Amino acid sequence: MSAHDHASDHEAGLVHGEEPHGTLKEYLTGFILSVILTAIPFYLLMGEVSWSKQTIALTIVVLAAVQMVVHMVYFLHMTPKSEDGWTLTSLVFTLILVVITLAGSLWVMYHMDTNMMPKHEVSQPR
Amino acid sequence: MGHALTSEQAADRTLFLQLDEHDHEAGGSTLLGFWIYLMSDCLIFAVLFATYGVLGGNYAAGPGPKDLFDLSLVALNTTMLLLSSMTYGFAMLSSYRKKVAATQVWLLITGLFGLAFLSIELYEFAHMIHEGATPQRSAFLSAFFTLVGTHGLHVTFGIVWLVTLMFQIGRHGLTKANARRLACLSLFWHFLDVIWIGVFTFVYLMGMLR
Repeated sequence: MSAHDHASDHEAGLVHGEEPHGTLKEYLTGFILSVILTAIPFYLLMGEVSWSKQTIALTIVVLAAVQMVVHMVYFLHMTPKSEDGWTLTSLVFTLILVVITLAGSLWVMYHMDTNMMPKHEVSQPR
Repeated sequence: MGHALTSEQAADRTLFLQLDEHDHEAGGSTLLGFWIYLMSDCLIFAVLFATYGVLGGNYAAGPGPKDLFDLSLVALNTTMLLLSSMTYGFAMLSSYRKKVAATQVWLLITGLFGLAFLSIELYEFAHMIHEGATPQRSAFLSAFFTLVGTHGLHVTFGIVWLVTLMFQIGRHGLTKANARRLACLSLFWHFLDVIWIGVFTFVYLMGMLR
């Protein structure tokens, strides 16, 4: 077991020294997927599409999320194993902070806004 | 046997780790460090997106997204950035094959696409300001110019870095240090494209839906 650990550590060390390499096929695949994933949301808004606003909004947000993953995989060459997993760990940590920042700000400020709205009855002098 | 180590094995393991700790290649951790910088940069953008999300609807009786945004211009801009991402990939592929001239040419093409992106963005900004939609006009416009401007500033610095690397590669060739710098700029450039996906989706496309 110990010997096996040494061997795999050594292998990881070798991989560690090598930068993640992309291939021509990867870049072209990423580019084509990105073009498709960009064209659809722009078409939904620029073309005459009779979907409801909610459906369009949901679709373009989902497509954006998919496109971000495509960029991560095909352009940034992220794998769970790159840098012994530390790239993915730091990314997940950052994404948690991003979600807290965005959701927290929007949630709190939306309610502040609602509660701070001057009511007409209150603002009118009696 | 499970995962329990005998004291002898533990000692053996400790020795191995100590020896291994000293075997670090110069610059071997640069890419991970640069990635962590990008993650902190991502947090800056998260805060700017949150600000835009909170203030984006406050037009102060001024112009809104529908009056100001031209989606065909944004689509063109997105295309420029996407193409530059691909050509940067080609520069990386040339650098792996140690082709100095090809790497430089692909970097030049990437830089030109970057410049096209910036020019279109500055044209859009100038057009908006000319129509009176300045950052001072409303909270929506302050948040808009800060978010999109910060992204544009990053692209500007990316282009400066890219031109610097073109000359570095011309003078010193594709040395190990230069290959590392190319890999860092690759992360930076593709990261900016990922941020732009957020910008065109949440600012421009969602803005037209408001």
